[in-house]
Amino acid sequence: MISALLVMALGAVILGAALGYAAVRFRVEGDPLVEKIDGILPQTQCGQCGFPGCRPYAEAIARGEADINQCPPGGEEGIKKLADLLGREAKPLSGEHGIEKAKSVAVIVENLCIGCTLCIQACPVDAIVGAAKQMHTVIATQCTGCELCLEPCPVDCIVMEPIAESVESWKWQYPVFEIARRSA
Amino acid sequence: MSRRLFNFNGGVKPPYNKEASLGEAIADFFAVAPMPAEFVIPLHQSVGGPPHPLVKAGETVKKGQLIGGPDGNVSSAVHASTSGRVKAVEMRLMPHTSGLSALCVVIEPDGKDEWIDHAPVPWRSMSPGEVRDALRDAGVVGLGGAVFPSHLKVNPGKQGHLDTLVINGAECEPFITCDDMQMRQRPDGIIKGAAILRDLTQAKQVLIGIEDNKPEAVAIMRAAVDRLQAERIEIVAVPTRYPAGGAKQLIRVLTGIEVAHGKRSTDYGVQCFNTGTAHAIHDALELGRPMISRILTVAGNVDRPRNFEVRFGTPMNDVVALCGARPDSDRYIMGGPMMGYRMPAETVPVVKATNCILVGSKAMFPPPPPEMPCIRCGECAKACPSDLAPFELFWFSRAKIFGKAQEYHLFDCIECGCCAYVCPANIPLVDYYRFAKSEIWARENEKSAADTARERYEFRLAREERDKLEKAARLAAKAAETKAKLAEQQADSAAKKDLIAAAAARVADAENKTNAS
Repeated sequence: MISALLVMALGAVILGAALGYAAVRFRVEGDPLVEKIDGILPQTQCGQCGFPGCRPYAEAIARGEADINQCPPGGEEGIKKLADLLGREAKPLSGEHGIEKAKSVAVIVENLCIGCTLCIQACPVDAIVGAAKQMHTVIATQCTGCELCLEPCPVDCIVMEPIAESVESWKWQYPVFEIARRSA
Repeated sequence: MSRRLFNFNGGVKPPYNKEASLGEAIADFFAVAPMPAEFVIPLHQSVGGPPHPLVKAGETVKKGQLIGGPDGNVSSAVHASTSGRVKAVEMRLMPHTSGLSALCVVIEPDGKDEWIDHAPVPWRSMSPGEVRDALRDAGVVGLGGAVFPSHLKVNPGKQGHLDTLVINGAECEPFITCDDMQMRQRPDGIIKGAAILRDLTQAKQVLIGIEDNKPEAVAIMRAAVDRLQAERIEIVAVPTRYPAGGAKQLIRVLTGIEVAHGKRSTDYGVQCFNTGTAHAIHDALELGRPMISRILTVAGNVDRPRNFEVRFGTPMNDVVALCGARPDSDRYIMGGPMMGYRMPAETVPVVKATNCILVGSKAMFPPPPPEMPCIRCGECAKACPSDLAPFELFWFSRAKIFGKAQEYHLFDCIECGCCAYVCPANIPLVDYYRFAKSEIWARENEKSAADTARERYEFRLAREERDKLEKAARLAAKAAETKAKLAEQQADSAAKKDLIAAAAARVADAENKTNAS
């Protein structure tokens, strides 16, 4: 009886020590859930979700303070992925946060630009180059299409242009074949 | 002379239909046809970055003049196909299934067909890097159909030399005979090109693999090797089975080496070039001629199928017009019936990838019978030359479970079409793989764009934070400085007050003394 208790106690101590060691040795830094959610979000940094960037929104979702359908650039597919990750039901995009649009980039109409640098300060990914009283221009490959530069421009010289499909970005369609109608 | 050959798994034996276009010699398109009204030369004709235009509308160009400069190292130059005037640099319809346009240089020929000054490249006295640059600037890309820039492949690899250089003259795709005819008519250029490649890659042996349904080509190439006394070059007839002309399949047949998933043939000391590419490398280095034309087959629903040497940018229908397309023709396919792509229009230009213009009709390619459910019979797996499980790839591509499709090595699929060819349920398997591959690429591009955006956003936040801290530190330093100054001033004024007080005291003392006295 006593020996059995001792064996069990010893086992408990050894396993406990192993678990304790593992908890220290393999400690996970940060919140892995936030990283995963942040990985799904499109990183537009547009703030349409009501948070000042994708990561704060990810943190809010992880804390359960924000719903998963507040990201218009991520669209339906993003919501589906978030729902899969969090084991929730997917739901349609919430209307108050905006609508899903075609991917586009900001373009500065250069003969209207007065060089005020306000858009440069607004761009969350530093994708606009220029200097005071010099013409500004958008680095198209870095632009996330967040539209944050439109608002501060005092002369409304920034327009959003949808990204056109090119031979390189063209995708093969899902094979769709007509179902043969059975003759009566 | 018998060499032990190996076998690749799978493959099919479709009807070859090659005889029709073998009747007549290769015709130079310029010699037999009227000059096209314009040449539309797409700038992006190879794998890699699109070249940037070097000419403007209105400029005159000469034949062989550089009109598209390579964009970085993974790119290849583009040259004017004939002399004339640049009409425009604009978006034109591409020979691509999408029906989209891309930047092209449109040249109006002056009829003189005048060469730009060119001279042989002294490649023997150049460093390997300089030879690679020369090939890149000559626009040499793989002519087997994949149009991969050749200069990136002319590399002896990590061990400093290749064991085997494979020259691919298998030409396994039905209807296409351009390599066959080139081997028969221009064997010397191919052998000399192979010898150049042998020297550049320090290959121990060169094996030129030709399918045994081309006995004339094999005999002529062997005679050429003997005549030119080319060392360490051997012509090997390989069994005819589609796709023996796939690079990995031919390497397997000739050397027995199976290139594993995620590896390259150079990891095993083997590299593979097409016979046409070998000839083009010879032309580029020994004659100094950039790549401005290629040999292509016109076959299918035409009265007189034939091979032509055609300049890039020639409209496809100008070439087909020489062969007499039958009235019921309704489509052009670039490539063969197994791997070819349907063209969006008949006027699209011939490009470096155009090894064949297959003219088709409804009778020749009847609409596919309706797709039936997959019963997992496994015929596709037996036919797959890449040893994949096509039915699994099909399931996952169809269900859009792309991660799983990648786990089953979707990207090892060479889209040869064997699986769809044998499928008893008429499933267009390759269409599903192409769909899945382009979706995965698009997602990966999006992902990397998102990662860049995240990085830049975080950097911006860090920079703003740093700026704030620096500003605070600067302000604090300044405040401390002012405080010190103030304190000093106060100390100064205190000392002065003391002095004044002392002086006042002295004055008072003196006054007291005078009053007392």
